[in-house]
Amino acid sequence: MEKWRAADRLLKFSSSCKSKQGKYFYSVATTVHRNPLFSSISPDDISYFKTILGERGVVQDALALDAANTDWMGKYRGSSKLLLQPKNTEEVSQILKYCNSRCLAVVPQGGNTGLVGGSVPVFDEVIINVGLMRNILSFDKVIVSGVLVCEAGCILENLISFLDDEGFIMPLDLGAKGSCQIGGNVSTNAGGLRLLRYGSLHGSVLGLEAVLANGTVLDMLGTLRKDNTGYDLKHLFIGSEGSLGIVTKVSILTPPKLSSVNIAFLACEDYTSCQKLLLEAKKKLGGILSAFEFLDSDAMSLVLKHLDGVRNPLPPSIHNFYILIETTGSNETFDKENLEAFLLHSVESGLVANGVLAQDINQASSFWHIREGLPEALMKAGAVYKYDLSLPLEKMYDLVEEMRVQIGPAAKVVAYGHLGDGNLHLNISAPAYDDNILAKIEPFVYEWTSKNRGSISAEHGLGLMKAAKIHYSKSPETVRLMIDFDYCVFELLPDTSCLDDNHSIICLCLSA
Amino acid sequence: MKIMVAIKRVIDYAVKIRVKPDKSGVETNNVKMSMNPFCEIALEEALRIKESGLASEVIAVSMGPTQVVDTIRTGLAMGADRAIHVDYPGTLYPLSVAKILKALVEIEKPGLIFLGKQAIDDDCNQTGQMIAGLLKWPQGTFASKVVLDKEKQTAVVDREVDGGLETLCLDLPAVITADLRLNQPRYATLPNIMKAKSKVIKKLTPEDLKVEIKSDIEVVKVTEPPKRKAGVLVSSVDELIDKLKNEARVV
Repeated sequence: MEKWRAADRLLKFSSSCKSKQGKYFYSVATTVHRNPLFSSISPDDISYFKTILGERGVVQDALALDAANTDWMGKYRGSSKLLLQPKNTEEVSQILKYCNSRCLAVVPQGGNTGLVGGSVPVFDEVIINVGLMRNILSFDKVIVSGVLVCEAGCILENLISFLDDEGFIMPLDLGAKGSCQIGGNVSTNAGGLRLLRYGSLHGSVLGLEAVLANGTVLDMLGTLRKDNTGYDLKHLFIGSEGSLGIVTKVSILTPPKLSSVNIAFLACEDYTSCQKLLLEAKKKLGGILSAFEFLDSDAMSLVLKHLDGVRNPLPPSIHNFYILIETTGSNETFDKENLEAFLLHSVESGLVANGVLAQDINQASSFWHIREGLPEALMKAGAVYKYDLSLPLEKMYDLVEEMRVQIGPAAKVVAYGHLGDGNLHLNISAPAYDDNILAKIEPFVYEWTSKNRGSISAEHGLGLMKAAKIHYSKSPETVRLMIDFDYCVFELLPDTSCLDDNHSIICLCLSA
Repeated sequence: MKIMVAIKRVIDYAVKIRVKPDKSGVETNNVKMSMNPFCEIALEEALRIKESGLASEVIAVSMGPTQVVDTIRTGLAMGADRAIHVDYPGTLYPLSVAKILKALVEIEKPGLIFLGKQAIDDDCNQTGQMIAGLLKWPQGTFASKVVLDKEKQTAVVDREVDGGLETLCLDLPAVITADLRLNQPRYATLPNIMKAKSKVIKKLTPEDLKVEIKSDIEVVKVTEPPKRKAGVLVSSVDELIDKLKNEARVV
């Protein structure tokens, strides 16, 4: 425990408002300092890495490093001088073993699509990017229906295409699918658009292989549906954001691709109608409901203004709320009739003001484009403060309205999200990043969420952005146990002479 | 003036097409079917003409087996006033379709026939031209803009041609086929879907119309296009010239 206490004191936190990294956005409450226990890279290190990975696997090119050092939103920027690209688990193991012996801090990286600054270095950590590990190892559609085993660097969209040919789908789908990798999805317990129907990755991941900080390869890559032999440790890796080890292979249960997909894009006048509609949909469409998303009028206006190739499905006005309902089933005629009957009933009972039903795949894609394109539209609109919250359904929009009052005319408050999962994506869109605006948002948003026993991070994770805020959603005893457990894992590993940078998340939690 | 719009039920444009193992055709089992995109554009234009007051009624027509009614319902949900389903269990080629349409025109007497420029399954691009020939009506194909003049009973049609745009003035009654840039079709709204349920779909057969379906075309074989070969990276200009000369034989 001593090492931890020492590390504690070395990681100093100050409540200065000024970000340490200049113009890049940073949370108001904490400033992190580089832990002097970690070494810096030396030419010997580079040579060693080259012997393991070959010339191609060791990247020091400024342009490539710039991309790897910066997150998707351009908010967080590290200053790493080295990017490593292993091609297999063995190489990952050797790299980590070496870094551990040299006390070099590392950060695991996948598609770098994360939204909380967890996928890029904080300082000069070595970036270990698993993007080259993109083989599909096996797909079993006979013995156990639909088990896919693949390497962590496989891009989600590629897996979706592969499975499409086989008649299956991935159990998760998100707007970042063109770039995000399955290893990262698993490490962050990504949620997405289909959680409502297929559940979270805790249910669909059957096994995984991970490499621990000292290079130990932990083979938990089962393909069994049921295995109650001891603690199911893979669940700790799922959602650990790389703090326990680097996920190198994933075994995942894939649902069959059902032929009948229907989408409706609906307009509601008030939030209460949205809630009632959700409850009705769960009752009447239960078995075939596969997505239930919402966006408010500000979100719709933003998308229509900033995104190419979208048009208002319900012209000419902008309604107060929009709901996107998707059903997936195996009987086209039956499902369509069922959905139509449900929708017509909703119109008659006044829950829905108006709506459109997609008549072909192209129309369906255009509805999804509106919802999935929101993050991109927000980026184009200027600076955006993003908050991903789980809240009780009936309270969810109260926060949005209160935030609007808080912020005033300085910025736009845009709300959308997975209403079916109780997950709000609250975005404050401003012309530029401004600490005055930030001061009005935080800690108000976290305190509000905490007061209503919500989660300050429904699916995005903690990363650098929210690690120090964990106490808003988890009790001190719980956080303590997380830290103790984390420490145990590393203490019990042979040859762990040094802390892994992944610990920074836990350390930040500790200090908060 | 009535407008008749011919619509076709085809495999959805976004579906990945698979050839049947016996090469007799394309796999249609369990595959999503929708209205041909060009037919949708044609129907949208007809609806807009009616909404501007220049037509009294839009009649959607489709031919084929029972499932075709799904596509007809979409047409009605978009806003067509009524529909005709010509029930025929097999495949209908453009000449047969044109003959049936001619028989329907003689009954309904529309002032304008709208079609999509071609169907995305067979890419024939023949039906509009054939019906115009059979009826001896003027035709404006590949229309990207249509302006009607009620007084003069003409339609001014901008056509998308290889060299650019050609503008024709047609005397009504006429046949117009829709191209991509003519308009952006509307979505089917819930109130319209509700209204569509009570709209009439009249069912007829080719026999009723005294049209004999005689196919002069037989599909012999359907195969996938040859797979694209991967590109080759050359390491020098000399190698490039060598390949262009000796392999591609273009130099």
